[in-house]
Amino acid sequence: MAEKTYLQAISDGLREEMRRDERVFVIGEDVGVYGGAFKVTLGFQEEFGPWRVIDSPLSETAIVGGCTGAALMGMRPVAEMQFADFISCAWDQLVTVAAKQRFRAGTPVPIVVRLPSGGGFSGGPFHSQNPESSFAHIPGLKCVCPATPEDAKGLIISAIQDPNPVLFFEHKHLYRRIKAEVPDERYLTPIGKARTHREGDDVSVITWGAMVYAADEAAKQLEEEGLSVEIIDLRTIMPWDKAAVLASARKTSKVLVLHEDTRTGGFGAEIAATIGEEAYEDLDGPIRRIAAPDTPVPFSPPLEKAFIPQVADVVAGLRELAEY
Amino acid sequence: MAVREAEPLSSLREVREAGLDREDLLGIYRNLLVTRGVEERGHILYRQGKIPGSFYTGRGNEGAAVGVATAMGPDDVGAPLHRDMGVHITRGVEPWRIFAQYMGRADGPTRGRDGNVHMADLRLGLMAMVSHLPAMLPVAVGAALAFRIREEKRVAVAWYGEGASARGDTHEGMNLAGVRRLPVVFICDNNQWAYSTPTHLGYAVEHLADRAAAYGFEGVVVDGTDVLAVYREAKRAIEHARAGGGPTLIECLTLRMEGHAVHDDAFYVPKELFEEWAKRDPLERFRTWLIENAELSDDEEDEITGGVKRLLNEAIRRAEDSPLPDPASLLEGVYATPEDLDTPHHK
Repeated sequence: MAEKTYLQAISDGLREEMRRDERVFVIGEDVGVYGGAFKVTLGFQEEFGPWRVIDSPLSETAIVGGCTGAALMGMRPVAEMQFADFISCAWDQLVTVAAKQRFRAGTPVPIVVRLPSGGGFSGGPFHSQNPESSFAHIPGLKCVCPATPEDAKGLIISAIQDPNPVLFFEHKHLYRRIKAEVPDERYLTPIGKARTHREGDDVSVITWGAMVYAADEAAKQLEEEGLSVEIIDLRTIMPWDKAAVLASARKTSKVLVLHEDTRTGGFGAEIAATIGEEAYEDLDGPIRRIAAPDTPVPFSPPLEKAFIPQVADVVAGLRELAEY
Repeated sequence: MAVREAEPLSSLREVREAGLDREDLLGIYRNLLVTRGVEERGHILYRQGKIPGSFYTGRGNEGAAVGVATAMGPDDVGAPLHRDMGVHITRGVEPWRIFAQYMGRADGPTRGRDGNVHMADLRLGLMAMVSHLPAMLPVAVGAALAFRIREEKRVAVAWYGEGASARGDTHEGMNLAGVRRLPVVFICDNNQWAYSTPTHLGYAVEHLADRAAAYGFEGVVVDGTDVLAVYREAKRAIEHARAGGGPTLIECLTLRMEGHAVHDDAFYVPKELFEEWAKRDPLERFRTWLIENAELSDDEEDEITGGVKRLLNEAIRRAEDSPLPDPASLLEGVYATPEDLDTPHHK
């Protein structure tokens, strides 16, 4: 075990897979000589050469489409979108081609698309989004959103091993801010299994990505008031761990769903609806949602702070729910 | 780099130099007949109400499709489109499975999950098209990228139409292929009409092959109704790519001899244009060539046409015997399992 940042953990997992499987290659804008905009692939080109760490033209469609073609020929491509926001340029390749390929043509498309996502650093409307819900809605795609360094490594390895197109949402705000012990050996974190980030009895928070830390901070504050908060970190939202969510809902009887993406049609709505359908009898209060408002992500710090759910918002939401 | 306009092949000697013997020529003729026959029979099945949805044909493009596919090597791959039935036929897809696909049966290549020419057999090196044209062009470039990474002497063929030439996928795919000199050949099926849109509303260059120069490779214009000329140009381009020379863009000029799909009577295409191109029917042209240059006898021709007829009759019978898919199977296969990766291509 060694202490690693979230970013180092992704980098380690990716490098490990490239060392053990020569079918794995990386393609993206500035991933080679520069090591990627966030330096996840720093030093990769020196180790693996220019044909396994491929600097592409500014062409998201060709990157993702190219990965699909290479995957059909037996490779295990890992694409990097410089920012998750730019995946919109490759929507067609993911949604039209890759996602539907197994279902209609019978051939799997084992690709990973790495998506540096999320806000909190004045990235503005085009460098801060959390588009995971849009893709979770597409049958055939998997969506992975790790929160911890340990999961970041285990899930990038699982994503590469998975025979499907996997979108790997890596939260930029966690890259260097979050450090934790990461096992040195190779391990796979299962896709579709939630992690209980914190055990509690009074109220459950269902969340993922950077919001795990907002929930954690809120839970610590409320602990002083005698409120016991359980935090379920989904880790992956497609597939998502329905059983773990329902178990926590039944245990605490009060649920708050929290995400950084905007509210309407966000994945929290699916979670809330499922709890409503399947655990209604076990609830002692309405299912609450805390999410970003339905606006583009703003640039200026006070506006962005008003956009991204803050610890105080989570504290207030939990307190209200506890008192219901 | 000016675009090159390909000369027709005129004699049996030139054809032999291009790599085809007499047996190959008869095989090409047979593939042309099967291609047209599948689509003509399909059209009848459609009118009989046996094919749901819509129905598309590539009438007029058979020579271009068969010509390119004949030039491909056994380990080469491609992503043909809805005017390229001849590619599937030439690569060895069994006609009964195509009829089963048309009719939404369980034995079609997509098992009823997709219709018409949205099918392919990856074991034969073909990737299944989608409706969003030319989304498969960058995918074929990706196949070529895999070959380049693994240093395999294989080539990918990417088809697109003159309509889809307006979309960004075309540019991104060709640009990446040009920058990396990937082993890919781009085939533009220019049939002059993108649904009802004529070429002058689709692009402003004289030839789409002119655009190849912008990506750093050669562009060639070829008469798409001349199967032998298409074959020679495709062969040259494929071997050039195989040898590490990078991509070529071949623009095959044809006329779409029917509507966009069966519901469309193509009223917007001038009648004289149809009459003019009917004289250049790729099957008739090649048949005449075989008689004049390769001594195709009446007996040989009867044997080939009779064989094709029996093949298609049997294919339709077998396809009609194929069951419709079980509704209970709907949820299967949205996601792949690790066992799915156990294919020749994924090993």
